[in-house]
Amino acid sequence: MSEKFLLDDNGIKRFLVTINVNGIDYTKMVKANTLLASFLRDDLDLTGTKRGCELGDCGSCTVLVDGKPMNSCLILALEADHKKIVTIEGVSTTDDLDIVQEKFLEFGAIQCGYCSPGMIMSAKALLMRNPHPTYEEIADGIAGNLCRCSGYINIIRAILSASGQEVENY
Amino acid sequence: MYLPDFDYYAPESIGDVCRMLTEYEDSMILSGGTDVLPKMKNAVLAPKTLISLKRVILNEPGMKSISYEEGRGMVIGGACTHNELVFSEVLQSKYASVSHAAQSIAANQVRHAGTIAGNIINAVPSADLPPILIALNASVTLVGINGARSLSLESLFVGPGKTVIERDEVLTEVVIPDQAMTGSAYFKYGLRKAGALATVGVAAALQMEGNRILDIRLAFGAVAPVPMRAPQTESFLKGKEATEENLEAAAAIAHDECKPITDFRASEEYRRDLVGVYSKRAIRKAIADGHR
Ligand SMILES: Cc1cc2nc3c(=O)[nH]c(=O)nc-3n(C[C@H](O)[C@H](O)[C@H](O)COP(=O)(O)OP(=O)(O)OC[C@H]3O[C@@H](n4cnc5c(N)ncnc54)[C@H](O)[C@@H]3O)c2cc1C
Ligand code: FES
Ligand code: FES
Repeated sequence: MSEKFLLDDNGIKRFLVTINVNGIDYTKMVKANTLLASFLRDDLDLTGTKRGCELGDCGSCTVLVDGKPMNSCLILALEADHKKIVTIEGVSTTDDLDIVQEKFLEFGAIQCGYCSPGMIMSAKALLMRNPHPTYEEIADGIAGNLCRCSGYINIIRAILSASGQEVENY
Repeated sequence: MYLPDFDYYAPESIGDVCRMLTEYEDSMILSGGTDVLPKMKNAVLAPKTLISLKRVILNEPGMKSISYEEGRGMVIGGACTHNELVFSEVLQSKYASVSHAAQSIAANQVRHAGTIAGNIINAVPSADLPPILIALNASVTLVGINGARSLSLESLFVGPGKTVIERDEVLTEVVIPDQAMTGSAYFKYGLRKAGALATVGVAAALQMEGNRILDIRLAFGAVAPVPMRAPQTESFLKGKEATEENLEAAAAIAHDECKPITDFRASEEYRRDLVGVYSKRAIRKAIADGHR
């Protein structure tokens, strides 16, 4: 089995991919150089996933790929064919916010908010693997997500609280 | 950031990858993409065609497995990600030092994508896996159109970004042979706890008998154009007691023996000092903790 494609008017290949995003299968034509981040934002209008450095350093584009947190700026849409992606738009499956989102609000872990979607995806991945992480384990779990506003303390406290641990909210 | 146009194939077998690599001009393998894609965005690389391993890893389970094979040693598939090395129970039980080196790379997101073969073949002097693998005398299997060959990892590197791999070859596995070494460790100095490239990386593997060092292999990263062994420091230590005085003297030899440069991350002199200090730490840990 190989990629199905058409040639566009400029002779560039348009490949057919099916990517499951937040539980829905999307079948679309993409170019070889379409990144998963662009697929989500530009093709699906899921703009919760942010683009920052676009080089793998900042984590603002973090999504879950088959449950693992990964930088969508460094994944071709073609490489995500037939994979299951969860974005910030899909963390909560009900009308209410997810517990991690709730706690980010409660603990002042969101300031400008640009890092928050990626940060929350990393936190979700960590809590799925390790439901009761220590402070250090959380710091390590979000080490790939840069925040220019918060100083990280409130983010870590929010995640501790989301995992059911007692944390004082100053 | 703009990723230029290129063509893309995802063949089913290693044989097809080898054929396509020769057939398509300016083609290269795409594995985790954490090295290739940033370089393409920065216009450092401009391949015309990327050959993806995404189907090969489904069809050839060896590319993604980490297992201990009696008589061969620890066999790590070329497409294993850094986090697969971190979480592998069999690797942790025999050579946790290699898992620790993988854990020291970048952050979680990149560790879920980047692979051991990519880390080796990009041949960046600061790469974190080569030093510990060279200290443990690992070899690599390269499969090309004319079959497979095995060569020691140490002999693979030619210069920054350059290895002896042929254009049709795929790195399919890394093999850590059974050995007499009783302990090993990797110490990395980076400017931050996470997400920093190595300013210096030092790996040691050694064989102890009581407090005597029977055999030792040291490998340094980021202090020479390729990961380097330290023959003078090694021969000084062989047969000696692991006393603080001997380690101090060995550190001084390592300091002089490495060949660092000054760049934006650190000066040559600072790197030499780090090599001395980190050699002692790696040796002490390999003595105290074995391969853990
Ligand atoms: C933000 C960030 C931080 C990083 N931090 C570190 C760090 O701390 N330490 C470190 O060592 N590295 C670091 N890296 C570099 C990189 O992640 C690693 O070197 C990684 O292991 C590369 O693997 P890959 O599968 O992503 O390679 P790719 O980008 O897919 O490929 C890299 C090269 O290897 C070739 N290749 C890949 N697989 C094979 C194969 N099976 N056979 C033959 N050739 C192959 C490709 O053709 C290409 O030339 C970092 C990268 C980023 C983006
Ligand atoms: S935008 Fe992907 S890591 Fe920064
Ligand atoms: S809240 Fe502004 S970058 Fe984190």
